[in-house]
Amino acid sequence: MNAVTRIHSRSAVLVDENIDTDRIIPARFLTTTTRSGLGRHCFSDWRYLPDGSDNPAFALNQPTARGCSILVAGRNFGCGSSREHAPWALLDYGIEAVLSCEIADIFRSNALKNGLLAIVLSEAEHRWLLDHPGIELAIDLRTQTISLPDGGRIAFEIDAFARQCLLEGVDQLGYLLARSAQVDAYLQRRAAAASAGVAA
Amino acid sequence: MSAPRTLFEKVWDAHLVCAQTSDTPAVLFIDLHLIHEVTSPQAFDELRARGLGVRHPERTLATLDHSTPTLPGDADGERPYATPAAKAQVEQLQANCGEFGVHLHGWDSSERGIVHVIGPELGATLPGSTIVCGDSHTSTHGAFGALAFGIGTTEVGHVLASQCLLQSKPKTMAIEVDGALPAGVSAKDLILHIIGQIGIAGGTGHVIEYRGAAIRALSMEERMTVCNMSIEAGARAGMIAPDEVTFDWLTGRPRVPRGAAWDGAVVHWRTLASDPGARFDQTVHIDAGKVRPTVTWGTHPGMAIALDAPVPAARDAVEQRALDYMQAHSGRAMLGTRVDVVFVGSCTNGRLSDLREVAAILHGRRVASHVRMLVVPGSESVRRAAEAEGLHHTILAAGAQWRLPGCSMCIAMNGDIAAKGELVVSTSNRNFEGRQGQGARTVLASPAVAAASAIAGHLADPRQYLNEAAA
Repeated sequence: MNAVTRIHSRSAVLVDENIDTDRIIPARFLTTTTRSGLGRHCFSDWRYLPDGSDNPAFALNQPTARGCSILVAGRNFGCGSSREHAPWALLDYGIEAVLSCEIADIFRSNALKNGLLAIVLSEAEHRWLLDHPGIELAIDLRTQTISLPDGGRIAFEIDAFARQCLLEGVDQLGYLLARSAQVDAYLQRRAAAASAGVAA
Repeated sequence: MSAPRTLFEKVWDAHLVCAQTSDTPAVLFIDLHLIHEVTSPQAFDELRARGLGVRHPERTLATLDHSTPTLPGDADGERPYATPAAKAQVEQLQANCGEFGVHLHGWDSSERGIVHVIGPELGATLPGSTIVCGDSHTSTHGAFGALAFGIGTTEVGHVLASQCLLQSKPKTMAIEVDGALPAGVSAKDLILHIIGQIGIAGGTGHVIEYRGAAIRALSMEERMTVCNMSIEAGARAGMIAPDEVTFDWLTGRPRVPRGAAWDGAVVHWRTLASDPGARFDQTVHIDAGKVRPTVTWGTHPGMAIALDAPVPAARDAVEQRALDYMQAHSGRAMLGTRVDVVFVGSCTNGRLSDLREVAAILHGRRVASHVRMLVVPGSESVRRAAEAEGLHHTILAAGAQWRLPGCSMCIAMNGDIAAKGELVVSTSNRNFEGRQGQGARTVLASPAVAAASAIAGHLADPRQYLNEAAA
């Protein structure tokens, strides 16, 4: 995984609340056995017209939204299924950060493990960003701030461990594998407790 | 004397390999890892790339369910996969299980089925255990007092390689369901009602414990239906304290402990219930007596309403979009809405009790001529049991289709789909736009409402048929 420290982009906005993972990537594209190339299916049923051409009414198809890597989305983004294809599709589409006032648990966890910043903001900050699409934003993961064009800053909280892994560009499996001895000890404790008649 | 703990906290504490710190999440041991063909291939690739094996194949249970056709193969045994990719995905899991030594309940298994149906059936789902799967409806297993939740594919790789997950401790929410459900009102109506009350993000960041008299009165199958849809309220997991109903249901199942080990396990399981005075971060009260047959009117499970109550007016653009998509009308009840397709099945309502309920209503009646009805058992075991009771005869005689087990139209990635504009009454769990086919409109309902609607040809109250049957 590549390290993530700063993301600088104009913002694209999808105001809809509850954008579920079926909308991010419909289930018919989940028969893939790889994680690459899903960007062309991202928001498929929303983004394309029935003839396959771009839907001009879809916000991300607007000229001002093209090439944006920061997505400001309505409340409860990523609700629904556990499919990691959702962050894979967003990243392949070119989105590197999603900002909302609420992001579904599994989506957020999946996103952070793939280098997609999923950042939860206060309702007021979120509202302001929704109302100001297309502005230049600079996200700094190290300082946990988002810089605005007028010099203002928004501070954000993010899971400390996920942040460290993102900054260092390391995935979390290595950390888990390094705890193999603790797992052995845990299983021994459990077996001992079970044989003593006390289930662990 | 230690502080009173909730059911969730007891299971969490018992599985801590490393405790959470301010800088690092907890390392949680996983007792059972369920895998299927859709969310595992990239995880096995990761293992291969790193030269890793599966740490505990005996704690890993694999099956085929999402991409699998529900129509039988041809004379040569060639199965009617929706696409070559679907077939390749199934074959990939077969190959991965072979290579990594994981037992697969595949096409040749009499135990194959939807992952959340077969875990409990096999007795692999045990009270007090931790269970994960690359599928958000893993919350189903919480009905047994397990801590069970959906994970992404990266985490599937973590569990395959280490049998552990990195987790931050979630908050807890008690949903106290007081009173008793009225006659003819099901667990599905109850959970749709609950999600309608707390909203689809009401449980975000929380593990729900369903409590109270109405929950204690539910059968094991009904408890699974309730816990299954916890994720539709945004919750990480849903749990119900194990009791005699749980122990009776598990008794004698293939993978449960035997003899003295069973007795010891039951003694332990009895200690799992939340202690008196245990604190929850949030508590919600639901009056079971007020629940009526409930369906969805919109495009997420929180847009739920009593079948005979008027659809609300749109309060915002999201709700207006949902009304437009569903072609629903504010002020008019969903009752009476014309139906094109009826789907009975899924990990929410694809168990034997659900099929019995459906057959009881279909018995001696015909599905309306303009309605296509699919009945898809949740597993091969459910299929066998239903056929042993002759339920398939009733279902076929009514003009419905009797299919092979799988997820089928719940996720509609196996070729079982609805056409654009068709209205599907579905016993599944999600009514998102396009979930059952591009432009298809989904109304979530109980098996009884689904069966009654199939006969009537429009959304119908099952109680009229149940009363007729009783008379």
